[in-house]
Amino acid sequence: MVLSVDGERVVDMEPHIGYLHRGSEKLCENELYVQIVTLFDRLDYISNLNNEMAFCRAVEKLMGLEVPERAEFIRVILCELNRVASHLLFVGTFGIDAGAMTPILYTFRDREKIQSMFEAVTGARMMHNFIRIGGVKSDVPEDFTDRVKLLRDELIQGINETDKLLSFNEIFLARTKGVGTIDADSAIAYGMSGPSLRACGVPMDVRKDEPYSVYDRFDFGIPIGENGDSWDRYYVRVEEMRQSLKIIDQALEQMPDGPTITPTRFILRPPAGEVYVRGENPRGEIGVYLVSNGTDRPYRVKIRPPSFCNLMALKEMIKNTYLADAVVILGSLDIVLGEVDR
Amino acid sequence: MEERGTSVEITIGQGNSEPRSLLNRSAPGVITAKSEELIAMARKSSLWPMTFGLACCAIEMMSTYMAHHDLDRFGIVPWPSPRQSDVMIVAGTVVKKMAEPIKLLYEQMPEPKWVIAMGSCATNGGPYYRSYSVVMGVDHIIPVDVYVAGCPPRPEALMDGILSLQDKIMQDAAERGKK
Amino acid sequence: MAYLAFRTKLCRTPRSVEKNNNNGEQTPEPNALLDEKGRLLETLLPNVLSAFDVSIGISHDLMEVIVEPADVVAVCENLKNHSETLFNYLTCLSVVDYVEHLQVVYHLYSTQKKHKVVVKANVSSEEPSLPSVTSVWKGSDWYEREGHDLFGVIFESHPGLAPLILYEGFEGYPGRKSFPLHDYKEW
Repeated sequence: MVLSVDGERVVDMEPHIGYLHRGSEKLCENELYVQIVTLFDRLDYISNLNNEMAFCRAVEKLMGLEVPERAEFIRVILCELNRVASHLLFVGTFGIDAGAMTPILYTFRDREKIQSMFEAVTGARMMHNFIRIGGVKSDVPEDFTDRVKLLRDELIQGINETDKLLSFNEIFLARTKGVGTIDADSAIAYGMSGPSLRACGVPMDVRKDEPYSVYDRFDFGIPIGENGDSWDRYYVRVEEMRQSLKIIDQALEQMPDGPTITPTRFILRPPAGEVYVRGENPRGEIGVYLVSNGTDRPYRVKIRPPSFCNLMALKEMIKNTYLADAVVILGSLDIVLGEVDR
Repeated sequence: MEERGTSVEITIGQGNSEPRSLLNRSAPGVITAKSEELIAMARKSSLWPMTFGLACCAIEMMSTYMAHHDLDRFGIVPWPSPRQSDVMIVAGTVVKKMAEPIKLLYEQMPEPKWVIAMGSCATNGGPYYRSYSVVMGVDHIIPVDVYVAGCPPRPEALMDGILSLQDKIMQDAAERGKK
Repeated sequence: MAYLAFRTKLCRTPRSVEKNNNNGEQTPEPNALLDEKGRLLETLLPNVLSAFDVSIGISHDLMEVIVEPADVVAVCENLKNHSETLFNYLTCLSVVDYVEHLQVVYHLYSTQKKHKVVVKANVSSEEPSLPSVTSVWKGSDWYEREGHDLFGVIFESHPGLAPLILYEGFEGYPGRKSFPLHDYKEW
């Protein structure tokens, strides 16, 4: 971030990105479809399962593949747990950006519980490579439902604790209220999405606008902010965590028995064509534009990262603020540079 | 309090080995060591890493610092500035655009300094080994002391790497003394 | 590696058998994948874009509009401001390299009407240039810089086409098919 300052006030800002550009899109053109799932894992490295789901949905849409119901429910439960984990990390690091050194310890304690659950189901703490084309890699353990219910109770306690510590703290409010405001029209013009857009008052959520997977069977709300400032962007995410736990409750009740994957070939050859798929990542709307020419490797994979557009809007948010607020505004956007640069 | 058998007399003795020097024989309760080893013991017990998380491995590094797998008990305090840190934990993919800043930061660190390459991207390019913009391993740019494998390595693996670095520091000090 | 070779041999079937779909399903009718909003859009688009020389078709489950490069800004403005379409959200701007030409693809979405459309423009590989849509949507700024970086497409009247994600002095356009992937350098 290159800032032009006038005393303590920021006059102009120019983000310089590209320091994590790994060439994922070009690499995707040379790998088999099943290998690309691992590359997508590492894009937004905090919400791995959501990225994998977006890519697998794109290939399934292109091929017209039916995913078994049980697999869909497992996918939704894991994605929502991942959303909670991602927002917990955000709350912790945002606290540190604003100067509060304690909440991060609480949120990481809860995150460790979620990561142990992931390890029990998928075999890895991060980079799960679990959601495969056609379903999920394997079935969940037998005591999954009980363990997730226990985890959910612990998580709700942890979220309430962190909320009490941080959200209505005087100093935190002074540092974040009214800081980095953006109005709804500018946010839409820049292409912002996700909690950063919902904090401006725009009720846009892919899970409600275009329900994918089995999201249309659940009853959950979308928290919407009023002012579009940093505190709203933070509190929308705290409330989203509670809604995610609600979805997990309902999914556990409704989960049917059955197969967990539709068997496909190892070397997939989807029909020639193109497809665009939107998903709701914890950071916003991920898009995967997949062009296939009928061979076993894709012709072009374009990833539309949510943090890319959110970062573009930073320039407008940061004008005429103090230098110390610049850190808070950048933190409140919750960007992950792995997906900005791909 | 109940009686616990007969009381035992304890005397402080020399143990099994012959005391080495006049000082050891005259003052048996005193530990002696070479000054390099003492200084190395002090350095390894208080390694201050520069927070240099680039990509996914940074999240596991953060998990290692936090309460569950605590790194503070080894004396490790993450420090943002290179001028006051000892170790640089390169956690994440090293991209050609980032190579210059890494070299600059390494040169800004004062001696003695060590580097831990965490994760397979920093070791040899990792999953991006055929990419046009990734440096295949940070050891093309700066000398590395410890490589921690994994994608990303578990917090326990990173702890093992840091403890290996501590062993290496002690070993280097012992070998330097022998020359 | 040997196991991989073995599996590959087992899975390979003659191309004539698995022509379309791995599941053996029939290729659906072009219209069948459109949802109701798409079908409504199918009737609206010819009227909205009657003033321009475009070809309207269907791409999988989306309406697609192929425009001339010179008309891109006018078509996009029309789509954004017309009361029937109101495409005020640019979801994605991508560039695809079909070796004889480059294709710039705009995915649009409307936050009020909640429908989607794809706009495509083909430019030549030797001199790829077309007008920039930053005047229509501010959010296309960085997408165009990235397209220029990776593919060499020049967006006219863009505020500043500086390199975005590649380092200064990078030679070549890595997104293009002509840029070899296997010829990588260690450092």
